[in-house]
Amino acid sequence: MKKKQKKTLIRIIFTFIFLFILHFIYLNPILEFLLYMIIYLIISYDILIKAIKGIINGQIFDENFLMALATLGAVGIAIFNKRNGIENGFLLYSNHTFSITYYSSDYTEAIAVMLFFQIGELFQSLAISKSRKNIKALMDIRPDYANIEKNQKIEKVSPDSVHIGTTIIVKPGEKIPIDGIIIDGKGSLNTSNLTGESLPKEVNIGDKVISGCINLNSVLKIKTEKEFGESTVSKILDLVDNASTRKAKSENFISKFARIYTPIVCLFALILAFVPPLFNIIVLHMDANFSNSIYRALTILIISCPCALVVSIPLSFFSGIGGASKQGILIKGSNYIESITKIKNIVFDKTGTLTKGVFEVNGIHHNKLENEKILEYAAYAESNSTHPISISLQKAYGKEINIKEVKNINEISGEGIVANIKNEEVIVGNEKIMKRFNIQYIECHHIGTIVHVAINNEYAGHILISDILKPTSKEAIQQLKNLNIKKIIMLTGDKENVAKNVSSSLGIEEYYSNLLPQDKVSKVDELLKNKNRNETLAFVGDGINDAPVITLSDIGISMGAIGSDAAIESADVVIMDDDPLKIPKAINISKKCMNIVYENIFFALSIKIISIILGAFGIVNMWIAIFADVGVTIIAILNAIRALYNK
Amino acid sequence: MKKNYNIEVDCPSCANKIEEKIKQINNIKDAQINFMLQKLIIEYEDSVDEKELLKEIIKQSKKVEPDFVLNIE
Repeated sequence: MKKKQKKTLIRIIFTFIFLFILHFIYLNPILEFLLYMIIYLIISYDILIKAIKGIINGQIFDENFLMALATLGAVGIAIFNKRNGIENGFLLYSNHTFSITYYSSDYTEAIAVMLFFQIGELFQSLAISKSRKNIKALMDIRPDYANIEKNQKIEKVSPDSVHIGTTIIVKPGEKIPIDGIIIDGKGSLNTSNLTGESLPKEVNIGDKVISGCINLNSVLKIKTEKEFGESTVSKILDLVDNASTRKAKSENFISKFARIYTPIVCLFALILAFVPPLFNIIVLHMDANFSNSIYRALTILIISCPCALVVSIPLSFFSGIGGASKQGILIKGSNYIESITKIKNIVFDKTGTLTKGVFEVNGIHHNKLENEKILEYAAYAESNSTHPISISLQKAYGKEINIKEVKNINEISGEGIVANIKNEEVIVGNEKIMKRFNIQYIECHHIGTIVHVAINNEYAGHILISDILKPTSKEAIQQLKNLNIKKIIMLTGDKENVAKNVSSSLGIEEYYSNLLPQDKVSKVDELLKNKNRNETLAFVGDGINDAPVITLSDIGISMGAIGSDAAIESADVVIMDDDPLKIPKAINISKKCMNIVYENIFFALSIKIISIILGAFGIVNMWIAIFADVGVTIIAILNAIRALYNK
Repeated sequence: MKKNYNIEVDCPSCANKIEEKIKQINNIKDAQINFMLQKLIIEYEDSVDEKELLKEIIKQSKKVEPDFVLNIE
C-alpha cells in the first residue's frame, strides 16, 4: 500500500469510530454541529481543497467539485431543517398501521457520503495498482543479471554492462539474459515466457539462443552476439511498454462521453432543484418544499461522477493485452484488439507462414532398396555441396558422413552428381542426368524438387523434396472458418501448381500464385478496396520480406518473430513463435476482451441511468446513490481483470 | 522528438483530461497517457527546450489534477 493509500485508510477508520461515538452522545446544537464538522473535514479535506483548486483553474465539473457541492449541500439542508424543526424524511414504506421513514436531516449523511466515496476511491486505486502489479509480473521477462567468469570465479553483473562477444554462463533455472550462441553445453530451454509454447526446446553447441528463455537442466556457456538493449528481451519489453497507448474507439467514446455526461447531469440536477418548487408555488399554490427538491438534485450530482464508467475500460484492454502476451501474442494497442474482432478477411502469405519455408525430404518413391539406403547414397553423393537441396538431404539422413567412402565426385552443373560411393557407381540428380546416362526413370506426380537416384546404372527410385505444411496449418484454417471469417486468401510467389496443391490441402478456396512482392501489395490494396467498411482485413506473413503488405493492411500480423527485429517493428500483432493456431487464438482473446468492455460500459451506464431516474423521483437517497456508484466501479474492475485469463 | 516519462495520476478520467490539456500546449505535436502503465508519451518540436516544456506540462497537468507527478530521471 502506498503512503497516500495508507493515509486515506486511517482517515476512513477514524471517521467510522468518531461517527459511531457521536451517535450515542447528546450534545447542544452548536457543539454537535462543530464536532460533526470536524469529522467532515477529516474525511473530506483533500477533496475540498482539490475542488477549490479546480474552480480556480476552471475545472468546474470534476468529481471533487461535485462531491464537495453535494455534501456541503447536504450539510446546509440539515442545518435548515434543524432550525425549522422539519423532519425531512423519505417515506420508504407505509400501510394503515405503520410506516418506515428514512430521515436525512442530520449531518451524518454528508459525512457518510464522503466516507463511502473515499472507500470507493481507495478500493479503486488498490485494485488498479494490484492488477497493474500482477500484469507486470506476468509479463516480467526481464533478466536481472548475467553471470560472467572472472579470475575463475563466477560473478553476477548487470546485463547492461556485458559487451558483445563476452562469454556468459547460464545455470539451470536461470533466464538467458542476452542473445547469443552456445559454445559449451547442451540442454533444453523453456521458451514459454516468449512464445506461450510449453514444450521445451532442445539446444546444442552452435545453436543460437535468445534472451528471455529459461535454461532448464544444464549449465550453458553462451557467447553474446548482441548488446542487452538490442536483445530480444529488451525489444519485447519495449513493445509491451508502448502497447495500449493507441486507444480503441470504445475507449475514445467513453472519454468523450464522460466529458459531456457530467455537465448534462449537472444541468438536469439544477432543473430538478428549482423547477418543481417553482411549479409548486406558481401553479399549485403550495409550499415550495425547496429542501426536498434540492436534496434530490444533490443526490443526482453524486451519480454524475464519471469515474466508475471510465476506470474499467483501460483496465480491460490492459488485461486483454497482458493475457495475449502470456500466450506469445503481442498486440500493439487496444485499437487492434477492437479491429481484430472485426476481421472478416484474412490474407496469408504461403511460405514461412502456412508452410515451414524450409525444404525437407517429403517422401521416397519407387525405390527397390530401403528408404534409409537411398537417402544414404544421395546424402553421400551431395556431401560436398552446400545447396539447400543437399543440406536437406543430409539433414534427412541425419548420420555422420564418412568422406573417405566417397570417391571420384563429378558434378554436372544443373543436372546432378556422379560419384563412387562404397564402391558402387551412384548417379544422383534430376531427369536430365538420368537421360544423359540413358537410365529409365519414373516421373513423380508430386510437387516439389525430385532427386532421382541410380546405382550401377540401374534406377533405384526418387526422393521428393518440398516445403512442407506446418502441422497446425489445416487446423488453424478450420478454426478460422468456424469463427466466421468470410474470406481466407493465400498469396504466394510460387508456381501455380504448388499454390494449388497447398491451398487445396488446407481447404483455402482462393489463392493467387506467381506474385512478385509488388504484386502482393497491389492485390492486398485491391482486396482492401473491395471489402465492407466496418470489416477489417488482416495479413499474415513472416514480416521479413512482406513488410509493405503488413503495413498496408488493417491489421498486419507477423509470425515467427523471435529474432527478427523487422517483423516486430512493422506488424501490429506479433506472434512470437510460428504456430498458425495463434491466429484464431488471438481472435478469441480479443473477442473476450471486447465483450468485457461492452459488458462494463452497458452495466455502468444502466446503473447510472437507473440511479438518476430513481434519484429524481426521490426513491433513492444519497446513501444508496453513493453505494451504487462505488459498487458499480468495484464490479466493473473485477470483471475487467477477467480479460487477463485465457484458456 | 518522441519521449517517454513515468507519471503518477490517480484516476483515468483525470488522465484523459490531462492528455487533452497537454495536447494544447505549444510545440507539442502529440501526447498520450497510458493510464495503466502510468506513462506519458509526448512528441514535440526538436527546437524546444525539454526542461521548459516539462515545466509547462507539469503546470498545466496540476491544474487538472493537483496530485499529478512527473518523474524526471
